[in-house]
Amino acid sequence: MGHKSQSQAYSVAVKVNEQMGTKKGYTFIQSNRAWLPKFLVLWVLVMAFLSMLIYQGMDADNKVRRKDVLTSMCDQRARMLQDQFNVSVNHVHALAILVSTFHYYKTPSAIDQETFAEYTARTAFERPLLSGVAYAQRVIDSQRENFEKQHKWTIKTMEREPSPVRDEYAPVIFSQETVSYIESLDMMSGEEDRENILRARATGKAVLTRPFRLLGSHHLGVVLTFPVYKSKLPPWPTVEERIEATAGYLGGAFDVESLVENLLGQLAGNQAILVNVYDVTNSSDPLIMYGHQNQDGDDSLWHESKLDFGDPVRKHQMICRYHQKSPTSWTAITTAFLFFVIGLLVGYILYGAAIHIVKVEDDFHEMQELKVRAEAADVAKSQFLATVSHEIRTPMNGILGMLALLLDTDLSSLQRDYAQTAQACGKALIALINEVLDRAKIEARKLELEAVPFDVRSILDDVLSLFSEKSRNKGLELAVFVSDKVPDIVLGDPGRFRQIITNLVGNSVKFTERGHIFVKVHLAERSKAMMDVKDESFLNGGSDEGVHISGACKLKTLSGFEAADERNSWDTFKNLIATEEIRPNVSIINMMTSHEGSEDVTLMICVEDTGIGIPYSAQDRIFMPFVQADSSTSRHYGGTGIGLSISKCLVELMRGQIKFVSRPDVGSTFSFTVVFGRCDRNSMKKSISEALPSGFRGLKAVVVDGKPVRAEVTQYHLKRLGITVEVAGSIKKAAAMCGKNGSTISSRNKIQPDLILVEKDSWISGEDGGSDIRLLVGQQNGHVLKLPKLILLATNISNDELIKAKAGGFADTVIMKPLRASMIAACLQQVLSAGKKRQHGKDVPNGSSFFQSLLCGKKILVVDDNLVNRRVAAGALKKFGANVECVASGKAALEMLNLPHSFDACFMDIQMPEMDGFEATRQIRQMESKANEQTMNGGSTVDGIAKKGDEWHLPILAMTADVIHATYDECLKCGMDGYVTKPFEEENLYQAVAKFFKSKPVVSDS
Amino acid sequence: MDRSHPQHQVLHMRRSLFDQGYIDKEQFIQLEELQDDANPNFAEEIVTLFYTDSARLIQNIEQILVNRPIDFARLDDILHQFKGSSSSIGAKKVKEACTQLREYCCAENAEGCTRTLQLVKQEYAVLKRKLETYFQASISLYL
Repeated sequence: MGHKSQSQAYSVAVKVNEQMGTKKGYTFIQSNRAWLPKFLVLWVLVMAFLSMLIYQGMDADNKVRRKDVLTSMCDQRARMLQDQFNVSVNHVHALAILVSTFHYYKTPSAIDQETFAEYTARTAFERPLLSGVAYAQRVIDSQRENFEKQHKWTIKTMEREPSPVRDEYAPVIFSQETVSYIESLDMMSGEEDRENILRARATGKAVLTRPFRLLGSHHLGVVLTFPVYKSKLPPWPTVEERIEATAGYLGGAFDVESLVENLLGQLAGNQAILVNVYDVTNSSDPLIMYGHQNQDGDDSLWHESKLDFGDPVRKHQMICRYHQKSPTSWTAITTAFLFFVIGLLVGYILYGAAIHIVKVEDDFHEMQELKVRAEAADVAKSQFLATVSHEIRTPMNGILGMLALLLDTDLSSLQRDYAQTAQACGKALIALINEVLDRAKIEARKLELEAVPFDVRSILDDVLSLFSEKSRNKGLELAVFVSDKVPDIVLGDPGRFRQIITNLVGNSVKFTERGHIFVKVHLAERSKAMMDVKDESFLNGGSDEGVHISGACKLKTLSGFEAADERNSWDTFKNLIATEEIRPNVSIINMMTSHEGSEDVTLMICVEDTGIGIPYSAQDRIFMPFVQADSSTSRHYGGTGIGLSISKCLVELMRGQIKFVSRPDVGSTFSFTVVFGRCDRNSMKKSISEALPSGFRGLKAVVVDGKPVRAEVTQYHLKRLGITVEVAGSIKKAAAMCGKNGSTISSRNKIQPDLILVEKDSWISGEDGGSDIRLLVGQQNGHVLKLPKLILLATNISNDELIKAKAGGFADTVIMKPLRASMIAACLQQVLSAGKKRQHGKDVPNGSSFFQSLLCGKKILVVDDNLVNRRVAAGALKKFGANVECVASGKAALEMLNLPHSFDACFMDIQMPEMDGFEATRQIRQMESKANEQTMNGGSTVDGIAKKGDEWHLPILAMTADVIHATYDECLKCGMDGYVTKPFEEENLYQAVAKFFKSKPVVSDS
Repeated sequence: MDRSHPQHQVLHMRRSLFDQGYIDKEQFIQLEELQDDANPNFAEEIVTLFYTDSARLIQNIEQILVNRPIDFARLDDILHQFKGSSSSIGAKKVKEACTQLREYCCAENAEGCTRTLQLVKQEYAVLKRKLETYFQASISLYL
């Protein structure tokens, strides 16, 4: 056992694990939980990177704009400078032409220093870039003396010293006033000037010096030199020709520094940018013309603009830079920073959410696991309970068995008392364990309902018989009524159904001290419809009959006590029966048709009692296990309170509902519905239906009862036995009924009752009318040959009453209630055979003997190939006094039954080798019909032997192990008269045999 | 429980026969009820009959299963008999085994038949042993 429970526990554990496994449907977030911080870091990095990109993008925009501005400014400055420069150069050019025109081509010269100075001064506005212009004449060394004489000064070097002897001189002869200090200075003596001059006269174009510090101002500047030719040059003059033709040089000094400064001053944005002008003729060593080489500025960004000053040899360029470094772009920084912050926040929020999700999911999984565990524990608990209960039962059975044995032994009264107490306790314990086991089974979902055909009525009878003793002791009226509409046989779980009823009735019996307990069974649809009818009947006031009949009756319930649920009172009940009786055939047909299709039949069962009721406060929890209405209840009445909860579970398992109406001190009515399967009426009826003897069919009875409900119950039981029943409200009425019929035998509706059943109450109350009922009935029936049997129905009866009753004429019998069909049958049997006894002087005390009498002396043939079966069947039949012969095969049977024979019946196995039961029967029937024909034809050989004078027909009963319908059909088809199931059972045998023998011996003998 | 007392011992034996499922209680009681003064040892007589009958049937079955091809139809007949007699005395377990064997027979599963036959024989042997002890004990009671 321990092993078993271990394995169960193991299986539970496995189940739990499986469930866990399947339920581990982690989400994406959950499954990547370890990565969450990494995701966060990654996110932050990405955000930072994106912010950088944004910053750089915005910054690059700024730079481009700045650069564009610089470029345009630089280009603008360069262009202006270049333009102005060119204008000046052009003007100098013009001056050169002026000098050549008026100094050399005119003789004498039209220009002297004065003229030149004045002219240049007046045209100075044309040359804004030039600090001054001067004209130097080309003087060859040979002409120096003449020249010096003519100008009355000596040629001086730049250092203002008399020029040493050279090949050539270029002394300044005309000069603008601004540069008058260079007059007489030999231009060839200055390095830059000399180079300039040589280049100028060779090319014939304006040439520029590299920048140098000018004389006088000491500003950086360049000197512009134009050659002046004294004669017109040939169209494509060579360099020599040019040199030859050179007369002098016109030069001008560009004070670049001041001039550029001046120029820039005129332009907007001057402060912002830094301009440098370079001479880049020698690209490796740019010479600065303007600006400070080392001036602070934004070295990161600069722009170069080319300057063309008209001298192809010299190259110049302007470089512009910003004074200040580009200002940090706060917009870009803030934008990027804000973006980063937002990104950070979003990331953090997402992270937080993810963490939260993970946490919630973790919690969820944990809860789920706990739930599964709890459920498993619950199931395990139920399983454990079921197992343990089961295990307890076995030893308990042993204990009870031993106690039973002990009680059989010789014990002193004290010992007996102890043992009996122990046994009672043990039984109570077993009952409790069974209940717990049921409960646990239901909880463990292990309880499976059977679906077998059973007879509702016999179940109810059984339950009733269970409580008859108790109810009788308490003086309770206990009755059951099953509506005619309820099918005889239904498909369901009889055991569980019985359990529910037993529980409810048991409770009722336990809690009821007076009044009645009434079990009613209807079809649910029908009783529902009745509820509606009820109202109408109230309106019509059509229920006065009952009051008339039973004057003493306070309320029209079974016992006259008030019941909790008024719906179950006589009014409804009567309607219920009335509608059933009005057109029984039609309604049955209707029902048949309406229910033919449906598989199920819903029964409504009410258990009504007039007990202590359930307190209102407790009514909502009485279906809870181990809860009783009141804790004091269990002290008074005992019990665990588990029964109702089990009943509820069972009812629900049977697809029904249970409910109750209860009023304290009035009573409770529990009603529940159950759904049963419909069962094929013909197939199972015979085998399952309780063996109610059918010998009373056709008898007539009068029931004398003042209470209609009770009378109806009596009628119900009698009807089941096939007895026609008339109800009379009182003895007088009954007497009148019988008397009328008795005196006028020839009248049309003559009722000649075989039985008169009188309720004790009616008898006692009606006593004043006729103390000797037998006399009363007998008087009127005096000349009728057959006296009706008088039977008293009583719940409880005292000895005095009994004597009185006997004296009063109820000599036949007293039937103690609760009524049950089988019990009534037994009593009637007794009464009727008692009648016979007087006739025959032979005692037939009980049913078994009755059965014996049926078979006694009968000659029976048993045909079975199986030795053991044959022997058992023979034994069973012999026991009842039959004269049994056995054969082992169909063929042998045929031989035995060769006409004429003396057998009264034949039990035939169906499945036999060579010739089976069907075939044998067929052949027997053939033989019989042949013989019968011969008899009919008159001249028969077997005529003399035919005992009974009528046709040959040997009752042949099949013996079969399977009880399926098809077999039964086939039995009938091949001429058999019935069948008994193997293995033999007494009742079964009785039932089958009774059909053939009963009528004959009883009727024919009497 | 006091097992020393022979009557208890017999009763215990009897109950264990029912409880352990070897014997169908109702059927067996039915059988016992058939005993009366005229026929006091009816149940035992029947059971003895069952022994001889079963021994014969088992022998037959074995023979059939040895021969090839197996005559399943005949096997079925024999099994039917066996089942019938088992259920007559209420030999529940033997009957169940027979039913099982019969199913194999219907499916014409020779291997299954042979296997289940062992089960039948085993159940039969156990039952026989138990019943024999039981009857012996109960007879000794009356002596």
